[in-house]
Amino acid sequence: MMFKKLALSATVAASVLTAGFAAQAQDAINFVHNTYRTGAFSGSGIPVGDGTRDYFTMLNNRDGGIGGVKINFEECETAYDTRRSVECYEQGKAKGTVLYVPWSTGATLAAIPRAHIDKIPIFSMGYGLSASAVGDVFPWVFNMPITYWDGANAFIQHVAQQEGGFDKLKGKTIGLLHLDAPFGKEPIPILEALAKQHGFNLKLYPVAPAEMQNQSSVWLTIRRDRTDWVYNQGWGAMNPTAVREAARGGFPVNRLVGVWWAGGDDDARPAGDAGKGYRALNWHQTGASFPVIQDIIKHVVDKGQSLAPKDKVGENLYNRGVYQAILIAEAIKNAQAITGKKVINGEDMRRGLEALNMTEAKWAAAGAPNFASPVRVTCSDHNSQSAVYVMEWDGKAWKRLSADIQPQKDQVRPLLEEAAKAFATSNAGWPTRTEACQNNS
Amino acid sequence: MFYRETGQFKTNYADDMAIFPIRQDRIGIAIIIAIALILPFMVSDFVLKTILLPFLALSVAVIGLNILTGYTGLISLGSAGFMGVGAYACYKLTTLFPEVNIIIWIFASGFFAAAVGVFFGLPSLRIKGLYLAVATLAAQFFLQWAFVRIPWLFNYNPSGAIEVPLRTLFGMPITGPTAELEVKYLICLGFVIGMTWLASNLVHGRIGRSWMAVRDMDIAAELMGIKLLNAKLMAFAVSSFFCGVSGALFVFLYLGGAEAGTEFAIRLSFLILFAVIIGGTGSMIGSFFGTAFIVALPTILKFGAPAIGIAITGATAEKIVLMIIGALTIYLLIVEPHGLARLWQIMKQKLRVWPFPY
Amino acid sequence: MSAVTSSAPKPLLSPAVMATLKVLGVFGAIALAIVLLDLPDLLVQTLWEGLVAGVLYALIALGFVLIFKASGVFNFAQGIMVVFSALTLVGSYEIMTQRMGLPPGTVVAILAVIVAVATMFVLAWLVERIVLRPLVNQNDIIMLMATVGLTYFLIGFGEYVFGGNPKVMITSQLGLPVGSTQFNILGGRVNIQHLDVAAAVIASVMIAGLAFFFQYTRIGRALRAVADSHKAALSVGISLNQIWVIVWFTAGVVALVTGIMWGARSDVSFALEIIALKALSVLILGGFTSVPGAIVGGLIIGIGEKMGEGYWGPLFGGGIETWLAYVIALGFLLFRPQGLFGEKIIERI
Repeated sequence: MMFKKLALSATVAASVLTAGFAAQAQDAINFVHNTYRTGAFSGSGIPVGDGTRDYFTMLNNRDGGIGGVKINFEECETAYDTRRSVECYEQGKAKGTVLYVPWSTGATLAAIPRAHIDKIPIFSMGYGLSASAVGDVFPWVFNMPITYWDGANAFIQHVAQQEGGFDKLKGKTIGLLHLDAPFGKEPIPILEALAKQHGFNLKLYPVAPAEMQNQSSVWLTIRRDRTDWVYNQGWGAMNPTAVREAARGGFPVNRLVGVWWAGGDDDARPAGDAGKGYRALNWHQTGASFPVIQDIIKHVVDKGQSLAPKDKVGENLYNRGVYQAILIAEAIKNAQAITGKKVINGEDMRRGLEALNMTEAKWAAAGAPNFASPVRVTCSDHNSQSAVYVMEWDGKAWKRLSADIQPQKDQVRPLLEEAAKAFATSNAGWPTRTEACQNNS
Repeated sequence: MFYRETGQFKTNYADDMAIFPIRQDRIGIAIIIAIALILPFMVSDFVLKTILLPFLALSVAVIGLNILTGYTGLISLGSAGFMGVGAYACYKLTTLFPEVNIIIWIFASGFFAAAVGVFFGLPSLRIKGLYLAVATLAAQFFLQWAFVRIPWLFNYNPSGAIEVPLRTLFGMPITGPTAELEVKYLICLGFVIGMTWLASNLVHGRIGRSWMAVRDMDIAAELMGIKLLNAKLMAFAVSSFFCGVSGALFVFLYLGGAEAGTEFAIRLSFLILFAVIIGGTGSMIGSFFGTAFIVALPTILKFGAPAIGIAITGATAEKIVLMIIGALTIYLLIVEPHGLARLWQIMKQKLRVWPFPY
Repeated sequence: MSAVTSSAPKPLLSPAVMATLKVLGVFGAIALAIVLLDLPDLLVQTLWEGLVAGVLYALIALGFVLIFKASGVFNFAQGIMVVFSALTLVGSYEIMTQRMGLPPGTVVAILAVIVAVATMFVLAWLVERIVLRPLVNQNDIIMLMATVGLTYFLIGFGEYVFGGNPKVMITSQLGLPVGSTQFNILGGRVNIQHLDVAAAVIASVMIAGLAFFFQYTRIGRALRAVADSHKAALSVGISLNQIWVIVWFTAGVVALVTGIMWGARSDVSFALEIIALKALSVLILGGFTSVPGAIVGGLIIGIGEKMGEGYWGPLFGGGIETWLAYVIALGFLLFRPQGLFGEKIIERI
């Protein structure tokens, strides 16, 4: 009896899957978005996912989509697990997604080789493979607005500002607290180069993924090394623990600077008063005062269609999700304008992304005046290496601390190109770019 | 009525020792292999990529751990680490000697895993049972740490990942982005059939019998003249060999490039052990059942439910699938503690006497 | 035919190798002493951090030991019970203050504790009914697998009910001390968190309470009887099922206390589950069946790994903490295969 049931249900499931996901009615733009609302990194994954989801819901509710076409927005849960991300990629492909947003470095790396074959562009916003900023080698991958290498560079610029000049860096000890995974190790080469250039000591403090919430020995080492500044390249549960442990170990929190992924409100808030002064890099503003956020509250949150509690709307990582969604929506508009089609596909989307030019006027038109610095993608520059600023946690909210810091493009870009070239040579058979340039915006 | 060995006489020893002594079994296996061969051309890419490929790649590791746990009675929680050794060995070999065919390197990478496995298997000579299981965690965490810490392993790649280069067989790409899924599937299938055949012959032979003797009571086995040192380390070597090949298949044919250091984490080790237990310890067919349960079922539940009209997606689906898998595990154990393989046996027995109850 | 062989430890290494090792060890100790005495305040701080971490590892291990002693089940779900109980506590506090409009504060926090304890009791009862009773007398590995199923279920259920986002422990509402005291001694400073002191005190009180409970109460004696022999206990009229519920409930309460302590140090999230694995090394060090073993083992592992990471970690590029605990435990195991306090294994043929 049980066997029959089992066999029956297995057959049903198999036949359903075999039939595949029948192509959806093409009166909407399909977009499958990876999220992780479960697992060890959910603390960072939830607000980001909420921001993007709410923005597209708002567009559908307020404007009826983009260019009169509804956005068929769907989430796919990865739990920050590469195997599930692969499932989500395949599901997106089957459902005809116009864009793949991996939201994890591992998932990005697994998807990059397939992008030009499946004709699905990849948008890894400020994460993923730094080298993919080189559009000549990676026409299908976009990672604006900034790479980790620029981030580390901007951090050193900030330290120099605070210490009173680059010459004051000599003899200082600067530490990199990082998740012991490729994501965390990304800034090491650029920091090593800068250490040589400016004469500071670079110390590395890896935190294994299994020890994210158990960091006391790392902070003891930091204390012994008498480290002056610490750059935190962390994600998920690692960040709030780092802020607390810094305070516990007597490390001045205002000398701990997080990468933009370590700047969540929930990274600093749990430490209470001890978290006051924690700094992080950022490339967009926080707060709910922008018209676009107000529209989201009006059209989505107040209607009970959001998954986020109202007081979390406008927090940093939520706004990060909105930022991503604005760029994607702008690229969709571009694609519609370029092709004249209403319902676009992945190839059109790639052209739309490559033509992306978010000027200040465009930001204002999107309901986000002065929300972020301009982003300009070109055929060879898929990153734009935009400006970042340093913000500080005042115990309740993030406050802007520094002026815009421009990454030193001339220093980082050659490294990016070198890495892109190395990628192309080590991946035998990597195609040379044949896609036409798209700079007509 | 149909499944009965009546009238099949064994007239020589070779017949008696065959892997499949019953004719119906041989027919059944032939049918299964035939189905497996045409399957990739019947199903969608989604099924191929997210269900069949990981199923095949991981089933090799599950067979490997079953040799260690099911046949020799040594529990290991380091399987994912040994898989990682295989993956990195294969990557290093194929980048150092690109002219040799990748299939040879996938197979050869197993030997590296075997060597590492023997080293970490040494404590098994003194430690037993669950104590050994925890001791193998040292191997798991150490290897995982080494994959991140030793840049030589990933050719000093700044992204820290291993990228799968394009490799061909008879001019047809079999690894790398341009390889067809069907081709990858068939290569994987070839490995699975070959490795299963190898494992089956090993456990039915002298070595396998010595393993089972050690499992059932090691002191008695020693008194009977079985060298514990050889038998246990042999089991670790063979098991790790299988894991290594599985790891190479997993990265080169399934994932196609990823940050392997985080891929071969403790979570995967547990999954493999769970597949062995739920499938049935000490059973080849059980290894496949277990892999299907642990690897394929969550995906089928998660993406199958919306397809038949139950509208749960995203995070909710993930949570509900976890709950279902948990409850189903407990339920299956209560129904049949010896795993899915035992259910299969009972069914075969019922078939044998059908239409009579006894 | 009953020859008794005890696993008498044969000399692992030849005398020459041992002698070399001893010489190396002496040199190592001298070098270590120089390094350690270089910054005495840091040494004290490291020892203290190790002690605190050790206490917390010991608490997780204690939950394992309680269940293993009484029901022979290797409870893989202990780690997730820590997260689940803490999540129930914080989650129910949130629900009561935010949705039901009760005033935030100690009263509601205590109510939340009651809810969490009650949940752990229901869980213990359900586990006994649904998992243990039908699977009585099964193999070790089968029971382990059943608790794995329980783990999956609890993760899914916990995330479904309370959401996957990490939560902040209601430390001050529970009346736990926050803040720290700095001692300027030994030519430097030693920073002691009040919370860590509280953790150590609460853990000690709880362990003493458990010891008293086992030693002097009727149920405690019944528990020890069950641990010795199921059959004998049954024959004198002890209800196994009742004992199992009590043991699982006790382990649940231990898990709750552990969850509060870890949660107050970082956050309450499912990432904590991985740390619980560390308790496994404590377990093999102390032996599966020994409560003192869990405590001593926890302290050895906690101090050992902090010292190791602090003083040797940089030599290896850091991050050795993930595997050092297991290697320490493995080292002990090679000399005492049944753990420091484990029962001596006597095998018969």
